[in-house]
Amino acid sequence: MAHDDTGTHVPGTAIDYVAVEESPTFVEHKRRHRRFVFPLTVAFLVWYFAYVLLADYAHDFMSIKVIGNINIGLLLGLSQFVTTFAITTWYVSFANRKLDPAAEKFRTELEEIERS
Amino acid sequence: MTVGNPVLNISIFAAFVAVTLVIVIRASRSNKTANDFYAAGRSFSGGQNGTAIAGDYLSAASFLGICGAIAVNGYDGFLYSIGFLVAWLVALLLVAELLRNTGKFTMADVLSFRLKERPVRLAAATATLAVCFFYLLAQMAGAGGLVSLLLGVNDRLGQSVVIAVVGFIMIFYVLIGGMKGTTWVQIIKAVLLIAGAGVMTVWVLALNGFNLSALLGNAVEVAGEGILNPGAQYGLTGVSRLDFVSLALALVLGTAGLPHVLMRFYTVPTAKEARRSVVWAIWLIGLFYLFTLVLGYGAAYLVGKETILAAPGGVNSAAPLLAFELGGSILLGIISAVAFATILAVVAGLTITAATSFAHDVYANVIKKGAVPPNGEVKVARITVVVIGVLAIAGGIGVQGQNIAFLVALAFAIAASANLPTILYSLYWRKFTTRGALWSMYGGLGSALLLIIFSPVISGAETSMFPNADFSWFPLNNPGIVSIPLGFLLGWLGTVTSSVKEDPRIAAEMEVRSLTGHGAEKASSH
Repeated sequence: MAHDDTGTHVPGTAIDYVAVEESPTFVEHKRRHRRFVFPLTVAFLVWYFAYVLLADYAHDFMSIKVIGNINIGLLLGLSQFVTTFAITTWYVSFANRKLDPAAEKFRTELEEIERS
Repeated sequence: MTVGNPVLNISIFAAFVAVTLVIVIRASRSNKTANDFYAAGRSFSGGQNGTAIAGDYLSAASFLGICGAIAVNGYDGFLYSIGFLVAWLVALLLVAELLRNTGKFTMADVLSFRLKERPVRLAAATATLAVCFFYLLAQMAGAGGLVSLLLGVNDRLGQSVVIAVVGFIMIFYVLIGGMKGTTWVQIIKAVLLIAGAGVMTVWVLALNGFNLSALLGNAVEVAGEGILNPGAQYGLTGVSRLDFVSLALALVLGTAGLPHVLMRFYTVPTAKEARRSVVWAIWLIGLFYLFTLVLGYGAAYLVGKETILAAPGGVNSAAPLLAFELGGSILLGIISAVAFATILAVVAGLTITAATSFAHDVYANVIKKGAVPPNGEVKVARITVVVIGVLAIAGGIGVQGQNIAFLVALAFAIAASANLPTILYSLYWRKFTTRGALWSMYGGLGSALLLIIFSPVISGAETSMFPNADFSWFPLNNPGIVSIPLGFLLGWLGTVTSSVKEDPRIAAEMEVRSLTGHGAEKASSH
């Protein structure tokens, strides 16, 4: 990264990043990434806080026993582990299939521009 | 009261130190450039780095603190581990890869990509040092408590000597080994910790016929029905319930703002490996927290709440006491050595992060304005390691007896208030400005610190640092519920009121690089 004497970063290469950023393929790449991660983030945060609030304010409900001594609170807590593992696996498979190939393609193109 | 055989405990710990020292010295042969010292030449694989992240993250608070909290408070202790784990999704989905693509060594590298460099670096370094400081204090306090239990050293002087020894070993590791040596210490420690906890878990389950419900039933017979239900710790009053929401918020948003976690993403060659490391970390950390659930209830059943609370280490002694109950002196010795190793590795990770932030952000870029001779930066980093190490020893001696998990929760609250908003805004909001970043970082940090000072943590309650004074007016122990939204709000407010707009060309460059990995720092080859 290059910086000028006021310590501000200055663009240093031949690439017109504004044009790249506005190109339809990049817009699509960015949208694909955000359309996946944003809703998923909202979803797991809502699920996490729903659980926290239940554990904090609905003690009687959480204390209902389901299987032997295992109560709803423990089951919901363990299901937080399950959803965390599931979201992790889901995101990785999405990123490997959809994000990586597109990023790779952009990288090759940008490196070619820089070389020429 | 002493449990087990102090000579055996010390021997096992000394063996761990000897083995890791050899590895650190071997790893140090290739420590020449800043790239090597700070980021281990970016040469670790995702699996190695993920294990090291687990080693960095599973601190004494996780192992001793959560086992003890479950053994004593039951279900409410379990809530900690869920927050600590779910938090990794924020790092995985929003932060890790984009950060790896746009930064070099520190969090400030990402921020200064398109914002005004010097003020932003100074702010980020200040927040980094504050988080590291609280986290270090927590680990050092843990070391002191552990010593009293395991080595039979009960007087203050003896504990202080042991804290100093731990501190000096850590300084040596970091000075010689740099990031590479530190990473290896963390990998070894993570494997030992998870394996040790795993063996104990299987053992406890075996004693209960591999039936979780039977284990819970046995715990209930010793401790009463309340141990299975939420509310024992946080359900007492309206204020304590609100405090729990505040804690939950700090835990889930803090992880992705912890500087020593962020820095680990730079030790791998690509964003894809950064992603892989988080995945490894999530599985290892999740598995470990499942173990602590069994160990906590196991300790409640086999050791009992009264014995735990009466032991010298208090709540934090549940896991070692359980080890003694299961496998006698030998298992206690192994588990205590692992717990020591845990503290040592986490302290080393924090120290190298703080030193990097000072040398790279403050010294090289703010004071010297980028004009440093080759290796000058690393030299300053090494000096900083010694200074921070000495401060940590002094601080650790000062905070003996304070609750570990709570000090860690404060570090999380500061990280979530001061660091996370700025990181997310600069990665995802192109209009974000320097003023927004500064307001958010200083506002988040300042409000978190201020609320801690005027909370029952510092004064006004029996458990306060100064129980005899009372200047508290903020009722909650954890400031997160106020300071985290404030950090986000100030970042937005500072941005929309800025008259200076940042250069759109650089914003475009950052966005393209962050999502494609173009121009990202490469691994050094040797």
